[in-house]
Amino acid sequence: MKQNILLGVLLVAIALLIALPWYAPFFYIFIFTEILILGLFAVSFNLIFGYTGMLSFGHAAYFGMGAYTTAMLLLHQDWPFVYTLFAAMALSGLLALVIGFLCVRLSEVYFAMLTLAFGMMVFTIAHSWRDVTNGSDGIAGFRIKEFGLGLDLTIGNPAVYYHVTLVVVGIAALILYIISRSSFGMILKAIRQNPERVSFCGLNIRSYRLASFTIGGIFAGLAGALIAPFLRVASPELMHWSMSAEPVLMSILGGTGYFLGPFVGAAMFVLLETWITSFTESWMLFLGIVLALMVMFFRKGVLGTFLDWWMNKND
Amino acid sequence: MSGLGPALLNSLEMGLLLFVIAVGLNIVFGVLNIINFAHGALYMLGAYLAYTLMSLAGLSFWVALIIAPLGVAVIAVVIDRLMLRFIYHRDVADSLLLTFAILLIIAESIRSIFGSNIQAVYPPDALQGTVSLLGGSYPVYSLFVIFSGLVILAGLWYLFNRTRVGKIMRAAALDRDMAEALCINTRMVVTGVFAFGAWLAGVGGVIAAPMRTIDPGMGDKIIIESFIVVVIGGLGSFPGALLGALILGAIYGFGGRYFPEFNLLLPFLGMALVLLFKPTGLMGKGANA
Repeated sequence: MKQNILLGVLLVAIALLIALPWYAPFFYIFIFTEILILGLFAVSFNLIFGYTGMLSFGHAAYFGMGAYTTAMLLLHQDWPFVYTLFAAMALSGLLALVIGFLCVRLSEVYFAMLTLAFGMMVFTIAHSWRDVTNGSDGIAGFRIKEFGLGLDLTIGNPAVYYHVTLVVVGIAALILYIISRSSFGMILKAIRQNPERVSFCGLNIRSYRLASFTIGGIFAGLAGALIAPFLRVASPELMHWSMSAEPVLMSILGGTGYFLGPFVGAAMFVLLETWITSFTESWMLFLGIVLALMVMFFRKGVLGTFLDWWMNKND
Repeated sequence: MSGLGPALLNSLEMGLLLFVIAVGLNIVFGVLNIINFAHGALYMLGAYLAYTLMSLAGLSFWVALIIAPLGVAVIAVVIDRLMLRFIYHRDVADSLLLTFAILLIIAESIRSIFGSNIQAVYPPDALQGTVSLLGGSYPVYSLFVIFSGLVILAGLWYLFNRTRVGKIMRAAALDRDMAEALCINTRMVVTGVFAFGAWLAGVGGVIAAPMRTIDPGMGDKIIIESFIVVVIGGLGSFPGALLGALILGAIYGFGGRYFPEFNLLLPFLGMALVLLFKPTGLMGKGANA
């Protein structure tokens, strides 16, 4: 019964998202495009953190890698947009594979330190290699000439770009959901709860951790590829550690124990950001305080706390 | 080869400064079993407190060198009592998350108070100018940095090997329950060690202030460097912190001279090499997952 109510709520939410451009003010089309993209970014992070139990503080590296890939392919090669998405996923995944190979070998503490360090390495490269990345100005001035797949879409229209984002994020979320419910996903959860026991079963924990990290990187790259045309720039800030903090906070805010938790967290994050930056510049300071309070007192997140309470409530 | 002497002194200067920072990170990890992501932010706090005391309040460098690190330590006690005590008994991920949040709070507070511009403080008169040494002219202040690093190194060695306080800290690091059974107030040890680590970060910040730039990005830079140091040397190892810091210092001192275009990447390459061949660090005792 409760399962069906939740499914109903989810379907209504999806219908409302599809119909958004027809009833919401123009401004909210931008807000919800951002929520969807950052939500995908956060869900890809939570596959690594919430499911596999590895806390990455350098997830923005793959997000930024995706953004740069799309921006540069659009600027220099005039690729159709859809193809740049695949290229972004491939390159971000490759980067995650290489960095992950070095990071998953040691304990959780090492993992957190190393992901932050390598994330800042990628940021430093993007910031300093002016010939290729255009330094702190980033890659701008690119245009989407062709969408690809034989479709003739005017991407410049925010409502159209919103729908493109909705479809891409929807497909990606579905794939990630299937992964999380597959036997592979179950092994990841088991690794988080008890790595020793999983390795006693004869499984190579390191390969599973690396696979999880790479998949997370691939989908972070996809989210990055979507953000570049939205922001109209791919800049080094997309790779900075403060950007890596965002999926961390979104996951904690929504709840790391549920698949949709990071999406709920992303929605709260973006709406709060819009509201708070309207009267103060210290948004990141506020973010730090919220993160600290959530970790100390409210570890399951908003969605997690609500669902746990509601599911256990007697009818 | 001319310039070898100055490169050596530069390496030593960088290495000993990095040692002062990284050893604080290591001591806190040893006793509290958490990696303090806010360590770099505390270093930055030390530098900004020194800037405030010197440029705005007009005090001398020597006064700032005493007061600013103590101020950082006091803030660390507040952080420990108000925040960290909630998560000591929890999963390690929570301590990483919380110190990361503290990093955001400190870094953004500094940015909103002082702005994003670069600030500068100058060494005291006694330490200005240059001396000629090892075939090159060399700033007196850099010699002071090397001297301070050596004093702290010797002081820490004495503390841990020859004093009762040091023995209590080591006992708490080895087995906290056992230490408690021996009537050691481990809660106070934990707070004290966290404050002591922050004090070291603050000292590093004040010493670095006249030689490196003071800006809101300085904490990021030093925490990454400290992580590289402890990964190369081995997490939790005192000699490892010294070795790792001297290696990273040498990478900067010599690498910057002979491969300037790869200067930013060399530390990461060094770290990657250590991870490939000795993942627990050169002096690490083994922390495999």
